[in-house]
Amino acid sequence: MRRAAQLTELAGPAALVLGAALVGMAVSSSTETYFVDTLVKVSIVVALYVFIGNSGVLSFGHVSFVALGAWTAGVLSVPASEKPAIMPNLAGFLRDTTVGNVPSLALAALAGSVLALLVGLPLMRLSGLAAGIATFAVLEIVHNVLRYYDKIGPGLNTFSSVPETTGLWQAAIGALIAVALAFAYQRSRFGRQLRAAREDPAAASAAGISVYRQRLVAFVLSGALAGFAGGLYVHLLPLNTEALYLDLTFVTLAMLVVGGSTSLLGAVVGALAVSGLDSLLAAAENGIDVFGAHLDLPAGTRVIVVGALMAIVLIARPGGLTGGRELRLPPRRRRAEAPTATESA
Amino acid sequence: MTAAILNIDWQTLADALALGGVYALMAVGIGLVFGVLRLVNFAYGQLVMAGAYALAFSSRWQWPTWGGILLCFGVVLALSTAMDRLVFRPLRTHSPAVMLVATFAVAFLLQSIALLAFGPLGDIATSLAPLNRPVSISGVDIRKIAIVSVVVAAGCLLGLQLLLGRTSVGLQMRAASMDFRTARMLGVRANRVIAGAVLVSGALAAVVSVMLTVQNPLVTPDFALRDTIVVLAGVVLGGLNRPVPATLGGFAIGFASGLLGGALPTNQSQYLPTFLFAAVILVLLVRPNGLFTRGRGSVERV
Repeated sequence: MRRAAQLTELAGPAALVLGAALVGMAVSSSTETYFVDTLVKVSIVVALYVFIGNSGVLSFGHVSFVALGAWTAGVLSVPASEKPAIMPNLAGFLRDTTVGNVPSLALAALAGSVLALLVGLPLMRLSGLAAGIATFAVLEIVHNVLRYYDKIGPGLNTFSSVPETTGLWQAAIGALIAVALAFAYQRSRFGRQLRAAREDPAAASAAGISVYRQRLVAFVLSGALAGFAGGLYVHLLPLNTEALYLDLTFVTLAMLVVGGSTSLLGAVVGALAVSGLDSLLAAAENGIDVFGAHLDLPAGTRVIVVGALMAIVLIARPGGLTGGRELRLPPRRRRAEAPTATESA
Repeated sequence: MTAAILNIDWQTLADALALGGVYALMAVGIGLVFGVLRLVNFAYGQLVMAGAYALAFSSRWQWPTWGGILLCFGVVLALSTAMDRLVFRPLRTHSPAVMLVATFAVAFLLQSIALLAFGPLGDIATSLAPLNRPVSISGVDIRKIAIVSVVVAAGCLLGLQLLLGRTSVGLQMRAASMDFRTARMLGVRANRVIAGAVLVSGALAAVVSVMLTVQNPLVTPDFALRDTIVVLAGVVLGGLNRPVPATLGGFAIGFASGLLGGALPTNQSQYLPTFLFAAVILVLLVRPNGLFTRGRGSVERV
């Protein structure tokens, strides 16, 4: 029974990811890009969840790991012949090295985790507002450096000529890897210790848990996942520093909070729900026909709707859509915990 | 390094003072709301942005300057009251992190509404442009606005200190910020106190709109967004819990930012945010409770 309960915790989010991938396969190729984008967002939000959800400490800095991952994978996988055109000032080592798709993703994860380790070593001592502001400072610094230091990337330019290898399958497998790692982490003793510290830091330290060390472990893992997601992202579409800054920070945090920041299911549900709505609105901004009615919204509506949705969810349901709970099988007595599942059965 | 030091002239110093003055005002507004509500208002910059748009439109309609300023105050006060009613009040019992994310959402909401309504190009606010003209004091051209903003900031801080220290409304605000529940039990009208604090903070935002549009007349949807981020960092650096350290923090970061901007050689000035935020991180590590507060252990006692 317990083993089964554990598995549903993984099966729920994984099934959602697979479901999104399967629906993405069924639709037309122009709509498919929305699904690929959504699956990459799932990876980013799961990365955020590993740290924020398990530790309860807010981080505005994770998009900087995504950005570094994107830079790493992007610089290393642009064909050597095209590098001088896009990145004329590239440092020698980066100019001469070109790697394939999978190694570039692995290196992106490595870059994310190294940056997270360097940043986390000092910063994980902070909590609350100080942590929020300090991680924000990290975002500002990384954004600023990537934007102007053109020895390590395209600087102000957009990352063109990166092989577009992130199709539906790569995005789905990437998201599944992220979900599986997040699941494994939260069931491990590291994850449990950190969650205990989230609930009551004083009691956790009294029980011999080093809150600092556990936060650092989660931060590094989450940095690795964020870097990996950044690698996926840069293989999907041409990025620049502005695409990896405040807007992405806002959207991914919104996804996590809307879904419910304390559960893996919440992270996945939030990413899918907000992305789905966002894609629908993006399509509607270009004008689409929904159920016979022609919908043509002015450009910019989507951010307004997503922002309003996030504020409403926070006010009405501070635990998020899932209430921050994982998917569990109902106990033996019939008590429907997930009403939608029972109704459809 | 010597070259960097030599670059700081009186001109830079005056501009840094002016920036410090404006940031100090924003810091007072943010610190006041935090003191009463325990809420870091990320959307503060969008209040300033709304006020700036009011000024821009009134100068397009060729209203007299006082009319524009009146409109600016009206818009900002109405918006901040609406924010209090619709967002802050329902969220009052939630954790600080939830409230921070919620104000983050409100900030983006307002910014995208502005983008949708007014477009990305921006409008020019010309109401108080004469203040941009320099006065020459012993060879140094100091823009009048520099002097005005420092004086206004000092005046507002003094006024706020008097309000908090000498009036019964101020006493109630301080009581509410010390221990909200006990204050309510002792007969402090919570909603009224909070509404008062939000109004004062809104009025400060309106003053900031006027000051910032003089320095930078082009009003865009992301007007004051960067400033808010920097001021928030400054406020946390100074110490959020009391108005004076918060203001000092805001002033310090504005001053440092102005000074660095003038002192860095041109080929490095694009890295100004890096230097600034690296300094923020360093200070946070050394004094997580704030630079201008008296040290107290941060470990929670059971």
